[in-house]
Amino acid sequence: MWLYNHIDADRGDVQKGSAEIFFRKVKFWKEDGEEEAPPVFNENGVNYFHVKVVGLLFVATTRTNVSPSLVLELLQRIARVIKDYLGVLNEDSFRKNFVLVYELLDEVIDFGYVQTTSTEVLKSYVFNEPIVVDAGRLPALGPAALFMQGTKRMPGTAVTKSVVANEPGGRKREEIFVDIIEKISVTFSSSGYILTSEIDGTIQMKSYLTGNPEIRLALNEELAIGRGGRSIYDYSSGSGAVILDDCNFHESVHLDSFEMDRTLTLVPPDGEFPVMNYRITQEFRPPFRINTLIQEAGPLKAEVILKIRAEFASSITANTIVVQMPLPTYTARVSFELEAGAVGQMTDFKESNKRLEWGLKKIVGGSEHTLCAKLTFSQESHGNITKEAGPVSVTFTIPMYNTSRLQVKYLQITKKSKTYNPYRWVRYVTQANSYVARI
Amino acid sequence: MAPPAQSQRSPSPSQPSGKGEVSDLKMQLRQLAGSRAPGTDDSKRELFKKAISYMTIGIDVSSLFSEMVMCSATSDIVLKKMCYLYVGNYAKYNPDLALLTINFLQKDCKDEDPMIRGLALRSLCSLRVANLVEYLVGPLGLGLKDGNSYVRTVATMGVLKLYHISAATCIDADFPATLKHLMLNDPDAQVVANCLSALQEIWSLEASTSEEASREREALLSKPIIYCLLNRIKEFSEWAQCIVLELVAKYVPSDGNEIFDMMNLLEDRLQHANGAVVLATIKLFLQLTLSMTDVHQQVYERIKAPLLTLVSSGSSEQSYAVLSHLHLLVMRAPILFSSDYKHFYCQYNEPFYVKKLKLEMLTAVANESNTYEIVTELCEYAANVDIPIARESIRAVGKIALQQYDVNAIVDRLLQFLEMEKDYVTAETLVLVKDLLRKYPQWSHDCIAVVGNISSKNVQEPKAKAALIWMLGEYAQDMQDAPYILESLIDNWDDEHSAEVRLHLLTAVMKCFLRRPPETQKALGAALAAGLADFHQDVHDRALFYYRLLQHNVSVAERVVNPPKQAVSVFADTQSSEIKDRIFDEFNSLSVVYQTPSYMFIDKEHRGPFAFSEELENLSIGVESANVASAQRVEANDKDLLLSTSEKEETRGPSSNGSAYSAPSYDSSSASLIASQAPSELIPSNQSLQAHAPQASLAIDDLLGLGLPVAPNPAPSPPPLTLNAKAVLEPNAFQQKWRQLPISVSQEYSINPQGVAALTTPQALLQHMQGHFIHCIASGGQAPNFKFFFFAQKAEESSTFLVECIINSSSCKVQIKIKADDQSTSQAFSDLFQSALSKFGMP
Repeated sequence: MWLYNHIDADRGDVQKGSAEIFFRKVKFWKEDGEEEAPPVFNENGVNYFHVKVVGLLFVATTRTNVSPSLVLELLQRIARVIKDYLGVLNEDSFRKNFVLVYELLDEVIDFGYVQTTSTEVLKSYVFNEPIVVDAGRLPALGPAALFMQGTKRMPGTAVTKSVVANEPGGRKREEIFVDIIEKISVTFSSSGYILTSEIDGTIQMKSYLTGNPEIRLALNEELAIGRGGRSIYDYSSGSGAVILDDCNFHESVHLDSFEMDRTLTLVPPDGEFPVMNYRITQEFRPPFRINTLIQEAGPLKAEVILKIRAEFASSITANTIVVQMPLPTYTARVSFELEAGAVGQMTDFKESNKRLEWGLKKIVGGSEHTLCAKLTFSQESHGNITKEAGPVSVTFTIPMYNTSRLQVKYLQITKKSKTYNPYRWVRYVTQANSYVARI
Repeated sequence: MAPPAQSQRSPSPSQPSGKGEVSDLKMQLRQLAGSRAPGTDDSKRELFKKAISYMTIGIDVSSLFSEMVMCSATSDIVLKKMCYLYVGNYAKYNPDLALLTINFLQKDCKDEDPMIRGLALRSLCSLRVANLVEYLVGPLGLGLKDGNSYVRTVATMGVLKLYHISAATCIDADFPATLKHLMLNDPDAQVVANCLSALQEIWSLEASTSEEASREREALLSKPIIYCLLNRIKEFSEWAQCIVLELVAKYVPSDGNEIFDMMNLLEDRLQHANGAVVLATIKLFLQLTLSMTDVHQQVYERIKAPLLTLVSSGSSEQSYAVLSHLHLLVMRAPILFSSDYKHFYCQYNEPFYVKKLKLEMLTAVANESNTYEIVTELCEYAANVDIPIARESIRAVGKIALQQYDVNAIVDRLLQFLEMEKDYVTAETLVLVKDLLRKYPQWSHDCIAVVGNISSKNVQEPKAKAALIWMLGEYAQDMQDAPYILESLIDNWDDEHSAEVRLHLLTAVMKCFLRRPPETQKALGAALAAGLADFHQDVHDRALFYYRLLQHNVSVAERVVNPPKQAVSVFADTQSSEIKDRIFDEFNSLSVVYQTPSYMFIDKEHRGPFAFSEELENLSIGVESANVASAQRVEANDKDLLLSTSEKEETRGPSSNGSAYSAPSYDSSSASLIASQAPSELIPSNQSLQAHAPQASLAIDDLLGLGLPVAPNPAPSPPPLTLNAKAVLEPNAFQQKWRQLPISVSQEYSINPQGVAALTTPQALLQHMQGHFIHCIASGGQAPNFKFFFFAQKAEESSTFLVECIINSSSCKVQIKIKADDQSTSQAFSDLFQSALSKFGMP
């Protein structure tokens, strides 16, 4: 399922049938020995752009030499606007609401020029009402979706609620969500030493407040930006200070008092948007440690022992952990031994790409889990098996945990009435981006 | 926005034709059309939706047209919008039906509700039926004056649509002037932005035919307009900001203070979450500081962090677009990024195209201080299960080895790759070892020891096989069993599918024979016999050549096949600095992602307002043209602004002899190439004939006078070229043009010795050329090499020619490169230039 959107279709610049051309190109992409089409390519003078959002392809075409960032950003933004309207983004909700989607696109782009991508502004131009699709069993869009996984702590329905549709009960619930989402990348050397580490964070906001009140968002007071002018104190203040390498802000954010007291002031527009993106390379304590041991056990056999240790407080639980490791190409069979009393663990050997997979439903802080895999080879290994296997990569989600210690100290909503007290949700989550241990 | 193109496609057999459904729908709509019962609108909505859904899956519902139009006589805006969508889709192909809608659209344009006014106006302008344009002018005029800003934004785009349907109607109604007024005065920023977009398009298209339009287009870059837009920058939406920044990047500030004011004003745009805004700002900063080396470098330092943040936030697609730009900057100034190398490490889950860019950046930034870490990291990827990346990584290690002075450790790493015994690793490494040996023959001993251990059976890829065979031939002396390996390869001659490998095999066995005749004689005989019988022409010819060479004289053969070799110092760069500069000028466009200048992938007619149709106005602000100080500046700029001098020097090699590109390749569409090139090549030669030898030209006329046309294409001949005696060009403008225009003529010829004799100092030539209205903007050099930059302008228009002229006074050779605003006259100018030059030194 994919949405095809000629940026300049109504200018007649792009020939008919380009949709088919695009689809064939992307599906059978084979250039540079790689099977994945880049987000931008040129075919017969037509430039095709696409972004993938929860399995949907958003495509734009043009013949002019435009800014690729602009088009890709725009496609992403169109996806977000549609999601704001439909509540959930998937094939079904699209089909049910295609007239609304057209109406939105009509207002977003006129004759190839972007008019607005703000859900707020569009609300006054767009009149079709969304047909809301039951979100219960459908995967939702975007980083906020991860809050739906498992735990009851999250107000699950909120993130899939349409910004414009009325609740069945009639009145809208006044609420605002602020999510601090951190994606961490760590590479451990074979001796367990951290080679590189980075946190890419976003403060994401989604507001369902009526009347657009002003909001003040206070961050850690000990927050420094830029590593350029770093002083010796930055090293000594091991506990307090959070040092951002760099950050950027949504255009609605006023930074007047940011320098003084680290407060962001903004009037949140309707819909979901990132208030602030930041990047940290300051060292941090990685949430997981991974140990891998490979031993030869005879000419056609070897044993792999994988150990994962959660190095965070026991009050916190990580979920949906998947450990992966490529094995030597001549691996024929693998048998697994889980630790005694293991619950919610799953193991698999993917024959097609010779990959070991170990899934754990959850890991409680402070605990350690071990997997032992016995490999059988189809041919004798020559020399060093460690050169033929690995590295080990891990994906995980840790709710209510943030690696950087960046915090929202308070969230203030300025509104006259005393009785007005909307729900405020401030949620933290850490996710693995590229978490790799070499062996 | 029209629904997808599928709607025009005839339904495929598997799809229902929908005929029955459509006629049902028609009936139902007809019943509802007159009804005023409550709830009618809701049922209409359902039917409309159905009609549109048929339309999107490719069923032709144009037969519903009149019913749809009848049903939309309502105040329900949802219905209206759906109807507009429907009408917009079918009107183009059914002009008669479109006429039906004009009436109600015009009425809606006067509705009380501004929403309806706007929508109706947009639909009206989207009909795109040429014979209906007369109905557009009135509503558009009112729309531009509407009190509601939504209607005005729609109307401004409407003017542009009208222009594309009927340019004359749009111009006659004086809409551009209205737009200009709105652009400078409208309180709504989106109206302003739309005016700017529309005017840029209209005036660029008009400029080719109208003097006034080209003046107006230039006026968009004037200080008052630029400042007016810049002062409101924060009112604009992020998308409109991009348009404004793109325009400002073409503006040439008058002095340094202005540059700093602009940069201060816009610095916070670098913290914007939208990558397009940040890149547009960066482009502006880079352009502004081109001639201020120090500041330019500071800009690099300043933009590093925001770029890295954009790369790591956002979707993988967005980060790819930004990373491509970072890649461009890293390649331009690797030294400035050498401490950031860790940011270019690959993450295992990144797509191939991202990793590839990162590997290239890692290669570029490698220097004495970080090579160890980088190569260690690359070796990790080389052992990776991801084979394409493993290959790229090995190549990267090789490239680093070729650009470093201390390659000791790297050679060891490469040799370790050979021990990994993975076929593709071995293959890539062999190719690299071969290149390394060509550059560092002193390493042959270590390498050969390892290469000798490789079984040729494990090497299957043609490139690798060829490399191995080359080494066997080249180092036959040092490799004990070289003759025997070659012999076994020759035994399998018929199974060898690659002609390249067979060619290498012939040469290698020749070399081997010349060094170790007794051992190789048999193999050589077999190889020559096989080669002579080979079906591949080149292989056959080479075998025959070797055979005759050996017959003729063995010592001559030795000199031909095995001459003493010089180590290669620098391998040719694949991309010329000229091309790189052009891509840099097109920063924040697709050129950067494709790593190709736009003329190679964009059709001429689509270069439009985005392209750099930089016929910038003549920004002469009273600067003497042959200004010595400015001349030095140009020289400095021409060298390079950034620190990467060594790399730059190397890459300049291929470009300066001009062989890398010839003029026609700059013309993207071959059709226009023929059209424009043919007359311009013929006519100037006529001109020069007329100038120098009128009798000769008469004779030719006589010869061809027997009814034969002079040229196969008697296309409009350009008027004879005359130059402006008082042409002026700002050094800055010269630089900008020089970077942005393609070379249209590149020639080399001799000048007469008298001229060379007169060329004791560059100044002598300057005065001479000035007499021919060709002005010098910069010159330099000393005997025997002189370099000049000239410019000239056409007498009647502001079309400029730029010339780079290199004279070698010892060989009497002149190399010229000409760039021109108007490429069709550049050949004529070239002849003029040559004739002027030829008169130098003559009494």
